[in-house]
Amino acid sequence: MSLPDPVAEGVASGWRVLDGAAQTQDLQLSCDVLIIGTGAGGGMTAEVLAEAGLDVLMVEEGALRTSRDFRLLEAKAYPELYQESASRKTADKAINILQGRTVGGSTTVNWTSAFRTPAETLNWWGERYGLKSLNPQTMAPWFDLAEARLGIADWQTDPNPNNSVLERGCQALGLKHGRIRRNVRGCWNLGYCGMGCATNAKQSMLVTTIPGALQHKAGLLTRARVERLLPAADGKSLLGAEGRLLAADGHSLNGQQFSIKARHVVLAAGAIGSPAILLRSQLGGAQVGKRTFLHPVVVSGAVMPQRIEAYNGAPQTVYSDHFMHTQPLDGPLGYKLEVPPVHPLLMGVTLSGFGAGSAGLMQQLPHLQVVLALLRDGFHPDSQGGQVRLRQDGSPELDYPLNDVLWDGVRRSWLTMAELQFAAGARQVQVLHEQADLQSSWKAARAQIMQLPLKPLLARVVSAHVMGGAAMSSQPEEGVVDEYGRHWQLRNLSVIDGSVFPTSIGANPQLSIYAFALRAAHHLRDALNS
Amino acid sequence: MITRRQLIKTGMAGSVVLLAAGFLASPQPDLPAASQGHLVFLQTGDAQIIRSLAPVMLGMAGLALEDIVRGVDVAIANLLPAVQQELRQLFDLLGNRWGRRWLAGVHSPWAQAAAIDLAAFLRRWQQSPLLLLRSGYQALHALINAAWFGNPASWTALGYQQPQQIMGLLP
Ligand SMILES: Cc1cc2nc3c(=O)[nH]c(=O)nc-3n(C[C@H](O)[C@H](O)[C@H](O)COP(=O)(O)OP(=O)(O)OC[C@H]3O[C@@H](n4cnc5c(N)ncnc54)[C@H](O)[C@@H]3O)c2cc1C
Ligand code: SF4
Repeated sequence: MSLPDPVAEGVASGWRVLDGAAQTQDLQLSCDVLIIGTGAGGGMTAEVLAEAGLDVLMVEEGALRTSRDFRLLEAKAYPELYQESASRKTADKAINILQGRTVGGSTTVNWTSAFRTPAETLNWWGERYGLKSLNPQTMAPWFDLAEARLGIADWQTDPNPNNSVLERGCQALGLKHGRIRRNVRGCWNLGYCGMGCATNAKQSMLVTTIPGALQHKAGLLTRARVERLLPAADGKSLLGAEGRLLAADGHSLNGQQFSIKARHVVLAAGAIGSPAILLRSQLGGAQVGKRTFLHPVVVSGAVMPQRIEAYNGAPQTVYSDHFMHTQPLDGPLGYKLEVPPVHPLLMGVTLSGFGAGSAGLMQQLPHLQVVLALLRDGFHPDSQGGQVRLRQDGSPELDYPLNDVLWDGVRRSWLTMAELQFAAGARQVQVLHEQADLQSSWKAARAQIMQLPLKPLLARVVSAHVMGGAAMSSQPEEGVVDEYGRHWQLRNLSVIDGSVFPTSIGANPQLSIYAFALRAAHHLRDALNS
Repeated sequence: MITRRQLIKTGMAGSVVLLAAGFLASPQPDLPAASQGHLVFLQTGDAQIIRSLAPVMLGMAGLALEDIVRGVDVAIANLLPAVQQELRQLFDLLGNRWGRRWLAGVHSPWAQAAAIDLAAFLRRWQQSPLLLLRSGYQALHALINAAWFGNPASWTALGYQQPQQIMGLLP
């Protein structure tokens, strides 16, 4: 028996899919709606518009990889499926950013945790940014719709041992916690979601909305990087977009270019990606690229007496929002506790230290338990996030300075994680910092954490949640798009992806993006069909 | 001749120390920069730096060093040109006699350097007050760890294996 690959079968059955790498001539195409990027925002939008009979063309920088390419192998998955081989970094290199770069975008490699946008975040947008119609009541039907489309439901299986430690630690310390809902159908509970789901259980855009759009005659052009949008002579609308086709290695240029005419353009290249295209098109505007958020993540590792095998089992099934609510929303940064899946390559790269110390830890991999804390950036007045800018060669770079308000959250969350791991029975705990080492008691760990210097590239900081940079606003001068993602200046441009959020979400963002995308896409569909 | 103090001062002043590599690299590289046939990015001297540093970085003896060199090479080949350029500067700097001596503080050529001196170099850069040297260390750390732990040959020692219930069903 071998596993089915419905996407590859669809392509074989004649879906309109063009591989940029295979083109030997420049491409000139046209469509009703050009969608740039095929992640959470682009995928959702494509299906809604294609089902409505519009001629949709999706353009994706990454390649089309399907379940037959997913081999549970980090060394294969990261270069093929991630931005910059999973080693994208902020300008000072202090934060490692994970983002997808393949058909399905980050949803093809994400960890399937599904949270609705927290009510407090939506309410804050209403109060602070005048986005009053995005409240929990008006958004509820869009969450319902997204959940139904993607099979988002309670996860009935027991948490794996890695998640159970988080749960036990929360119980021991009296911290509020819960179980995570997941976008899966028929999940094998393997734990390799980050390398692409080989069983097609994960309801990513790759296996849901993109096939849905292709079945409704949408087109897909892969290994095609949009360089810039093409403004019309009046400066108030776009003619389409143009870019370069990539070679089979996925990064060098194949020498051919493409240009696409469209009635409407949807920018869905993700945070960092969408602002970069606006900047390259010199359609900047003062707000573009600003206030890009990351949910900066810090990490603590524990050696447990029992086997944990944090590489096996659904990656994230338990969370705690306790410390999201212990201070005001715009006070010292709140943080969400979760666990990551632990595989050898990413763990080796992420662990601090070198030599015998880190070798010793790696050799205890089956006993290693890891907790992470996601810091909620973008609410405190000093938490302004980062700014996307362009390198000389036009590639984007995020400048995200780590400042005192963030460092304060880093230290508090390290303390929480270490205490929690000991409370759950850890033998030893080490927060990931270049001057930390394994500690055998909570007291010793606390003493060490209190004196760790808070400096970039000493503390390990990572992110898999890039948000913002083309924010929604109620007034044109305050943001880039309106509450439906419509660009304030360009009549036929929408931004529909994670870059439209005016702050971070304060929860794993995929479901927020799905719901906002559905809302924006339905609105756009009605406008285009009227 | 540029002293270490001057170099560090330039770094502090915000200019990019690594840029000095271009200028330092020309006169006296440790080894001729002939590239090895099967490597895409790494040159002979770069490969030696990886070979020397990997056992110290990973804290392991008896490693398959040529696999690690190849792994690092493949990893770099998949990075953005802008990032490759920075790594080129890093390797040029380390491969240059003056850079090795005064910035890395390693007195013998990489191939002959003692483990204890290599560890001291890694520690100095890991803990350096200069962000740029810390980022140089982190680059070496990430590349060498990715090359080794991405290689299934490293897994037995970790007690790690892929889930058997599915591996047999993959194409
Ligand atoms: C490893 C990982 C784990 C995650 N786990 C979770 C989780 O468990 N739960 C959760 O809620 N969220 C998770 N996330 C985050 C979530 O998946 C993302 O927030 C979401 O997918 C972002 O959607 P998006 O549409 O903004 O961008 P993306 O999904 O990133 O899609 C953008 C697409 O645009 C393409 N693109 C960029 N530039 C161009 C260009 N110039 N031309 C053409 N195409 C371009 C990219 O290649 C990419 O495919 C995770 C992310 C990662 C990386
Ligand atoms: S855990 Fe489930 S969703 Fe994730 S890769 Fe395995 S089968 Fe797919």
